[in-house]
Amino acid sequence: MTATLSVTGLHTHFFTRAGVVKAVDGVDFQIAPGEVMGLVGESGSGKSITGFSIMGLIDDPGRIVSGSIRLKGEELVGASDEAMRAIRGNRIAMIFQDPMMTLNPVLRIDTQMVEAIRAHERVPKRDALARARDALGMVGIPAPEERLRAYPHQLSGGMRQRVAIAIAFLNEPDLIIADEPTTALDVTIQSQIIHEAQSLCKRTGTALVWITHDLAVVAGIADRIAVMYAGRIVEAGGIDAVIDTPLHPYTVGLLGSVPTSNRRGERLTQIPGMPPNVLNLPEGCAFRERCPRAAAACHAQPPIAEPRAGQVVRCFHPHGQEASR
Amino acid sequence: MTVFVIRRLLQAAIVVLLMSMIVFFGVNVVGDPVDMLVSPEADQAEIARVIRDFGLDRPMHEQYWYFLKGAASGDLGNSFIFGQPALKLILHHMPATLELAFTALLMAILIGIPLGLYAGLYPDRGSSKAIMAGSIFGFSLPTFWVGLMLIMIFAVWLGWLPATGRGETATFLGIEASLFTRDGLSHLILPALNLALLKISLVIRLTRAGAREAISQDYIKFARAKGLGTGRIVGVHLMKNIMIPVVTVLGLEFGSLIAFSVVTETIFAWPGMGKLLIEAILQLDRPIVVAYLMIIVLLFVVINLVVDILYSLLDPRVRLGEQGA
Repeated sequence: MTATLSVTGLHTHFFTRAGVVKAVDGVDFQIAPGEVMGLVGESGSGKSITGFSIMGLIDDPGRIVSGSIRLKGEELVGASDEAMRAIRGNRIAMIFQDPMMTLNPVLRIDTQMVEAIRAHERVPKRDALARARDALGMVGIPAPEERLRAYPHQLSGGMRQRVAIAIAFLNEPDLIIADEPTTALDVTIQSQIIHEAQSLCKRTGTALVWITHDLAVVAGIADRIAVMYAGRIVEAGGIDAVIDTPLHPYTVGLLGSVPTSNRRGERLTQIPGMPPNVLNLPEGCAFRERCPRAAAACHAQPPIAEPRAGQVVRCFHPHGQEASR
Repeated sequence: MTVFVIRRLLQAAIVVLLMSMIVFFGVNVVGDPVDMLVSPEADQAEIARVIRDFGLDRPMHEQYWYFLKGAASGDLGNSFIFGQPALKLILHHMPATLELAFTALLMAILIGIPLGLYAGLYPDRGSSKAIMAGSIFGFSLPTFWVGLMLIMIFAVWLGWLPATGRGETATFLGIEASLFTRDGLSHLILPALNLALLKISLVIRLTRAGAREAISQDYIKFARAKGLGTGRIVGVHLMKNIMIPVVTVLGLEFGSLIAFSVVTETIFAWPGMGKLLIEAILQLDRPIVVAYLMIIVLLFVVINLVVDILYSLLDPRVRLGEQGA
């Protein structure tokens, strides 16, 4: 079975006046049909840019410098604008962070849904409307017939995000990229949306990349997880393996900074220092300067290692490998 | 909606009444029309007779009351010079001015919006910078000077277009206008362009600013992520949002187009209300001046109301009446 999406050696750089920002600097991952992958990292780690690179929505001064993005074997890097347009919203869909901003405020919901169908298929308006109504029902919106005629401002934030999800599923895509879709919502709505998205993916066989900085969210939804730091994936693997036995010091730091009930009363650990300046990334491991385990060897770029089956890490001194040190 | 309109009409009535007071008393402070009305050889008895005939011997408030009574029944007094009802004279000159103003408005829309959109979508191109520099000239050059230059270039040097007057008119769909004849059109182009220049610049700037702001919004990125074509994104998603401020400002500016056509009409000897007003002021023909100002006030009030209603139609978030305006 071919992977739904296979990204290898992706480099997306921004050529600004101040210098070259290497937002994505060598990212590799694969997603199988129906699989949910959590892409985790702090702000500026390049996780959103990875998503936009897959969508072909990198604008000047940014550019995919090298690497390959294959959708069911079909190369997307270097595809024509029209070919990418035909893929966007049809075979790869995207959900954005802020539902208040993603729907056009002056167009009704039905307009925004019908156009998403008719951009890819010649269907009569009546059929497109019926499909839009069904999609709204599918994401748990009550009285979809009425909501179709509403304007975005007449819906709550959670409702709007459901509409955005419904739009993403409209054309039954192979892959959905969700860029922090629950960050702007309150916690009860968050879990509903996560549940909704997860069950829809399982039902339709759609692969899902869930971009977030919230490890708790990822733990709830993802099958696999990839942790990004300064434009690279520093650790990836099955969700349980990475959360229970993290290998990379950065992952360890991230997990340590999440409040959990079984460490009640203890001080939360934090990762010392700041993320590196993206204009001037240090040679070698970008996490070196904040890493408690850094050594001279870290001035070189660590290779990808697979100390445990199915769990890869980019580090010379991974946790749980003390015996080999 | 109905409540809103009724309330606005009441406010309008108060505005009109207050304006009538200011205009009536203001005009009566400047100059003495009697000198203009009697022949230089007239004796004292003759002068006294004229003053009595025009009712100028009565106290001010009595004159105003008389004027109000007349105004209530649609009579704004007779012209001192022509001896005809002032309202009739103005209405007779109105079509020429309206034609000029509408043509200028049309030019502002048809030239301003595409140029502004272009400059907004491609801000870094040289042509965009040229458009923006040109709009600064449109703003800062005085109308009368531009008018003279237009006559100089297109009428005197090139001889393409006539310099002054209104051309042949023809009646079409019950409207008599010079738009429908070749000769009329050739007479119309220069004055309309002169009047429109400032508004074109204004529309360019508004459209560009709107486009620049909207283009970076998430809803545009979401529209792209849905796989919509550029035409639909710009034509529907972008335009509908840009048009809100443009329509508002243009509506309000339409009143000023009519009011300030005075300068253009004087330069191009266009037989409109503006030219009539200038002549009336020079001859101290008070009734005409008062009647003209009253009509302009009424026009502004009506335009404001229409703009508010239009605005609510364009922007679904604005619901008239609810806001207690």
